[in-house]
Amino acid sequence: MHRVAITGIGIVSCLGNDIEHVGNALRRGESGVVSDPEREKVGFRSPLTGAIGDFDPRNFLSKKQCKTMPDFAVQAYAAATDAIRMSRLSTEEIRNDETGLVFGCDSSCLAAVEQVDLLRLRGETKLIGSGQVFRSMTSCITMNLNTLLQTRGACWTISSACASGGHAVGQAADLIAFGRQERVICGGAQEINLESMCSFDALGAFSIRPGDPKGASRPFDAHRDGLVPGGGAAALVLERLDKAKERGAGVLGEIRGYGFSSDGNHISIPSESGLQRAMRKAISLAGLQPGDIDYICAHATSTPAGDAAEARNISAVFGAGTPWVSSLKSMTGHELWMSGASQVVYSTIMAMKGFIAPNINFSEPDEDSAKLKIVVETIPHPPENVLCNSAGFGGTNACLVLSFGR
Amino acid sequence: MTNQEIIERIDRSIAEEFEIDPEGMTPEKTLFQDLGLDSLDIVDLVIVLETAFRFKIREDEGIRKIRTLGDIHAFVLQKKNELESIPR
Repeated sequence: MHRVAITGIGIVSCLGNDIEHVGNALRRGESGVVSDPEREKVGFRSPLTGAIGDFDPRNFLSKKQCKTMPDFAVQAYAAATDAIRMSRLSTEEIRNDETGLVFGCDSSCLAAVEQVDLLRLRGETKLIGSGQVFRSMTSCITMNLNTLLQTRGACWTISSACASGGHAVGQAADLIAFGRQERVICGGAQEINLESMCSFDALGAFSIRPGDPKGASRPFDAHRDGLVPGGGAAALVLERLDKAKERGAGVLGEIRGYGFSSDGNHISIPSESGLQRAMRKAISLAGLQPGDIDYICAHATSTPAGDAAEARNISAVFGAGTPWVSSLKSMTGHELWMSGASQVVYSTIMAMKGFIAPNINFSEPDEDSAKLKIVVETIPHPPENVLCNSAGFGGTNACLVLSFGR
Repeated sequence: MTNQEIIERIDRSIAEEFEIDPEGMTPEKTLFQDLGLDSLDIVDLVIVLETAFRFKIREDEGIRKIRTLGDIHAFVLQKKNELESIPR
């Protein structure tokens, strides 16, 4: 088994479009949630959403390249190229069989809607245009990145609901650990548009605090009333540690363990044991004990049932003395398919910049979260061994242990 | 619209759609090798021409046999002539 290094990261999120801006927002505990009046107008329960500012796909790619890419795929390209730049891998060093692409994504809804709208408007398929078929597939990220970056190894997208990004980073790490790839550009992306969120809003799962967008996402807080959808793209360059050291790369951290499990239970309500089985596996595969973890980057999305179940699962693994716990979704909203990957990027940013970001909007614990050591204010030192939790519909769980040696 | 105006309109529409430098768009240029288009671009080329000139292009009209920019000029001019010669 090979050790797996993180040598580059990139992010486009509602907290900013680069490491500096996102790092500053995380440290200050700033929310990227806004109220979108269009959502109320078309019949949403909740107008709240994460919003990405100042991102023009045409600043990154040509008109032809953008034809086959929805916005979130271009954001994945922007994040991936930032990550590659940080890793200092040259173009030639990634154009080979040993470099792969694995991203997490579970929809390309807007493109699917647009192609049918065009057919109905224009009356014949040939007037839909050449790009829509590529835009509308969930694998649009990896198929486009493969063309643009010209990597020649693994190239696929993992769809596993809100654990997609976590499984993508985990599987990328496994491919390297097992000697199948020397490096993998991985991550997750999530579309932000009302078309992709309307049926989720229909479940009544979103927060309805329209007068208080920044206070709406409040994971683990007793007064939470639902999640706020967000999105963007997160990317990492993972490499075999020995290869990274050989070429003199800066090692930001390591993916030490990837544990997965599934609930085998309800389609939307998390079980009492699923997440803890994945947590235990990740910690064990990392060669660590629960007591070695000093920070949990929680999945908690601000839903009443989901956060309570995660809190109980964490307590089951860590007992009375849990590590520091924060859910960054308090600032970003729930980045869904992207979230498992963005948690790894955010944790790496915190390790690089020497802090642990708070779980904002946590005013009062409930019975379950009272047992967790929630980070209510920024902690001015970096995390060392981090556990990132993610979980998705159907009861799929992905847990990652990251180590940032000092 | 004169033939020259039609040709200019074709070139302008193609330059905009495929981000091609208009300076290099001479009639002998081949679409694939010289102008860098591919088979997917031909799908969009049909939409560009139909939108610009408000006619329909059927698959049996030999659009896929077109090789050069000059072939497109000739195709559109012929199509316009055919349509204008139909008694209304």
